[in-house]
Order: sequence, then C-alpha cells, then structure tokens
Amino acid sequence: MTIHRRTFLGVAGLSAVALAGKSTIGALAKAGEEAAPAAGAATRWAMVIDPQRCLRKEGCKDCIGACDKVHNVPLFKDKDHEVKWIWKEPFENAFTGEENPYTAEALKDKPVLVFCNHCDNPPCVRVCPTKATWKREDGIVMMDWHRCIGCRYCMAACPYGSRSFNWLDPRPRIPALDPEFPTRTKGVVEKCTFCEERLAKGEQPACVEACPEKALVFGNLDDPASEVRSLLREHFTIRRKPELGTQPEIYYIV
Amino acid sequence: MFMFEKAVVGGKRYWAWIGALSAVILVGFLCYLLQLTEGLGITGLSRNVTWGMYIAQFTFFVGVAASAVMVVLPYYLHNYKAFGKLTILGEFLAISAVTMCMLFIFVDMGQPMRILNVMLHPTPGSMMFWDMISLSGYLVLNALIAYVTLSSERKEVPPPHWIKPIIILSIPWAVSIHTVTAFLYNGLPGRSFWLTAILAPRFLASAFAAGPALLILLCMIIRKLTKFDVGSEPIQKLAVIVTYAMIVNIFFVLMEIFTVFYSQIPEHMEHFKFLFVGLQGQAPLVPWMWTSMILAAASIFLLLVPRYRRNEKVLAVTCVMVFASLWIDKGLGLIIGGFTPSPLNVVTRYVPTAPELAIVVAIWAIGLLMITVFYKIALSVRERLAE
Repeated sequence: MTIHRRTFLGVAGLSAVALAGKSTIGALAKAGEEAAPAAGAATRWAMVIDPQRCLRKEGCKDCIGACDKVHNVPLFKDKDHEVKWIWKEPFENAFTGEENPYTAEALKDKPVLVFCNHCDNPPCVRVCPTKATWKREDGIVMMDWHRCIGCRYCMAACPYGSRSFNWLDPRPRIPALDPEFPTRTKGVVEKCTFCEERLAKGEQPACVEACPEKALVFGNLDDPASEVRSLLREHFTIRRKPELGTQPEIYYIV
Repeated sequence: MFMFEKAVVGGKRYWAWIGALSAVILVGFLCYLLQLTEGLGITGLSRNVTWGMYIAQFTFFVGVAASAVMVVLPYYLHNYKAFGKLTILGEFLAISAVTMCMLFIFVDMGQPMRILNVMLHPTPGSMMFWDMISLSGYLVLNALIAYVTLSSERKEVPPPHWIKPIIILSIPWAVSIHTVTAFLYNGLPGRSFWLTAILAPRFLASAFAAGPALLILLCMIIRKLTKFDVGSEPIQKLAVIVTYAMIVNIFFVLMEIFTVFYSQIPEHMEHFKFLFVGLQGQAPLVPWMWTSMILAAASIFLLLVPRYRRNEKVLAVTCVMVFASLWIDKGLGLIIGGFTPSPLNVVTRYVPTAPELAIVVAIWAIGLLMITVFYKIALSVRERLAE
C-alpha cells in the first residue's frame, strides 16, 4: 500500500512539476504538436524563402501586414522602440560578411525577409534565466510573455536581431486589436512564433498565406516528401550566419 | 542591532553629508517610479543597444566588490600584518559594491515584480542564474565576515576559529563573481567584441586596479576626516598592487588589439573602430575612450616611478586617474561597444537620458551612503578601543 501511495505521490509530484513547467502557451504548444501531420512521425518546422520571388512585387508588405495584424504587433514610430516579428532588411545587413564589391550592385539595398530563425541550437534559449523562452519538440522557439522578466539577455544572445522588447506599453499602439490573440505588456520580449496558434488549427503561418508570389514555403523537414524538403533538394540555399553553429531553420534560395 | 547605534551619532558635517546623499537617492527613486510606470522606454536604450548604463555600472562595481580580495588575501593567507586595519574597510566596500550591483540589475529589469522567477524556475544553463548565486553568496560571506570580525574586535577578543575557513572561501568566491560576470558576455555567438577568452582575466585585472585605487582614496579621506590613520605602509602596498594590476590590464588590452587587428576579421575590428575612431560616421565614445587610454598610460607612468608613487599627493591624483580610466573602459566602452555595431552591422546611437542618469547616480549615492555608515561604525568601534 505504501509503495502504491508513494508511486501515486511521485506521479502527482512529477505532474505538478510538469504543469508548473508548462505555461498557458506551453499548453498551446502541445496542441501544435498534436496537429502535426502523420501521427507518430517527428516534426521539424522550417521555412524556405525565395528572395527572387519576394522581389517580384516591388514594395510588397503583405506578409508583414498579415503577421502584424494577427499578432497584435504594436506600431512604434520611434525606430529605437520598434517591435518587429517579420521585416525586410537590406541584403548586406541580413547576410553580413556575404557581400562583396561586385555582387553589391545586384543585391545592394535589396530587401530580404528576416524573422526568428527558430534555430536548432538557439543561443537565446541557452541564456534565458527563467526558461521563458524554450525550444519545442517541433523546433519552434517559443516565448512565455507571462514569465519573462525583461532582462533582455536573449536579445544580447540572438545573432540575428530577431527579438523585440516592449520599451513602452504596446497596447495603445496596436493599430487594430485582434481579440483572438493576446496582447503583451511593457517590459517583455517578443518575436515570431511560426504562428504556432495557427499550426495548432492546421493552418499555415499568416505570412506564408498572405504572400501573393508564394515566396515563402513552410513545412516539415522531417518529412522527406514535404515541399520544403523538395525545394532544399532542388536548389542551393544559404542560411544566415551558419558559422555560429546556431543551425537556423530559415533557408534562402540563391 | 549590528552596532547601528554608532551610525546615528555624528556631527553637523556627518548629517549634512547623509542628507545630501538622501536627497540624491530620493530624486533617483522618483525617476525609477517614472520608469516603473512608463517602461524602460524612458531610458536611452533601444532595439540595438539593449543594455546600457545600468548593466555597465553593474559590471564595473562587480569588479570593485571582487577587489576586496586584494586586502583579504595578503592578510589572511600571507599573514601580511600591515593590512590588518584595512580588511574590514575592504569587506565593507565589497558589501556596498555588491548591493549596488544588485540594484543596477534590478532597475534594468523590464518586469521587476517577476524577478523571483529566476529562483522559481532555476536555469543552471543560464549565466545569469550563476551570477545571482555568486553575487548573493558573496554578499552573505562578506556580511558575515565583517560582522563577526568587527564584533570580536569590539569585545577585544580574537575572532572565532570557525570564521577563518569562511574568510578563505571568500577569496576564490571573489574571483568567481567577476569570472561569472565576464561569462555573461563572452559566451554569446553574435557579439564579437565580447567573444574573447581574455575577457574574464581582463575584468579581474582592471578590478584589482580600480578597487584598491578606490580603497587608497577612501583611506586618505578617512585620515582627513577622522582620527583614524591606516598608516603609509598599507597605502604604499596597495599602490604596488594597483601598479601591477593596471599594467597587466593594459597588457591584456594590447593582446586583444593585436589579435583583432592582425587577424583583420571585420566583425571583430568594427567594435574597436567604433570606440576609438568612429564607425559609419558615428563617434560618440571616441573622446571618452582616448581619455581612458591617456589616463591609463599616464597613471602607469606615475605609478612606476617610485618618487611619484611614494608621494601621497601625487598618488591620490594617480588613483583618481586609474579609477576614471577604468570606469570609462568598463562603465561605458565595454557594454555600448559590445552592442555597436549590432549583429546586423547597424550603428545605433545610445545616449543615456536624464532620468536614467538620475537613477544611476542614486545607486552610486546608495553605495556611498552604505560605505559612510559602515565605515562610521567600524571607526567608532576602533576610536572607543583607542581611548
């Protein structure tokens, strides 16, 4: 009997720890895993971007607009206080060290879409002192906005500048509030979450869906038949700062 | 309680000083309330320069705290008697500096009410977790040591034997606080300025110059204001420590500069260019960094020539120069230079705002207030014994 009770207490204790460890968003994360295709098979979400397609429609910001809208991303006029989930960065800034004096003409100032790379070996997760940011089993680097203490260590650790901090209250700066998605408070870090809330419903990320040129392709790297895998097979792709060993999961077709 | 009764008796000058410090603290506190309601947006920090004055001051004062080991080690390990009168001053300096560090971290938090999450969700993989452990441990060690040794002194009995191993433990612990603080920065893949194994040794070298320099100045001030005189021997010995540490520190800086500029790797050079010549047309720190370098070179000269080092008037000026040089290097250049340019090669200007500076100055004032009160207690105990 005692052993039974002990086992029970052990299981209960472990469950309590597990519950404490997983936040509200952690629960959502679980839902995302369940929604993954082919039950039982591993999932590793990734994105392949075709910058040439992206450049076809000049000045297009459809993906950025769609993302900002569904995630209640605040609009700060002051560049220093900007909150950005997905944005366009000039080639030489997105791919520092890749520029040379001759390709510069073709690529200089050409915008490249950048966002969180959902690294396989994320430095932001390594440094977070409260596990407010963590890597899910499907590779998504998630954020718990209720646990974040706002120390901004993750921002110092991210070599891609993909994280934003709410320097001021973001709520009055949301252009059109979407009640479906949580707003954030001042003093916490946020970033792209690969639309895990949409994945949980079996939908594609908002940016992918919004792109009129199909320049963004999202899928499961662990599925050899997926579109991302076939694109990676057929094209030469590069990643941002691969030499740092972060293993970014956003691939750019050259 | 902890002989605090000794801190509430004092002359007009004492109370005027306490009052002035309190006024500065009050202004800073009001500015902090503003930051608490508005957010960290009231500072000069930005997307690209996410840490600034607060974290830089934290880093600098961890060094000051660690430097107490430079009086504790010779006295307790080498039985260097001349430092006997100094150890308590070093320990109280450490307590005040660690408290300042904790406050600097606290005011930098975006969600300070959640700070206990660091303990609720301990994350040994994060260097910030270890920094919390090492800093709070160091505070407890020094508070205990200072209390026990001073109480024994007051009762005119030798300190209990059990405190000795704790004092010995505080020596490697002092090294650990600054090492872990360096680890906060030098394990980050995208920040080339900090990505160097010499960072922790450099931190320690500059700490062992800046801390003892400050201690020399404090001893001189105490001598002027009170009947208590540590004597010239310990001051001269501290000056020798400052000399060695300052030379080692500059040697480390030059090693870093050789590695960066001989290898010619742009990502590593750009931070130094930003600090010393300017980058992308922006050069806000250039005058500061050259001032720091000139002060360092001049102070090393004044420390090396025995005639100047032994002249206490010159030594006082030299100590101010050492402290100022290292404060600029660590309190400005290290953090801002590490964030500029950003990993996307963007130079963002960071200028601390008035409320931000008021908060910084208030924390300095808290440190000074603590030193004043602690030294007052220690010196009152000694004055009474001398009577």
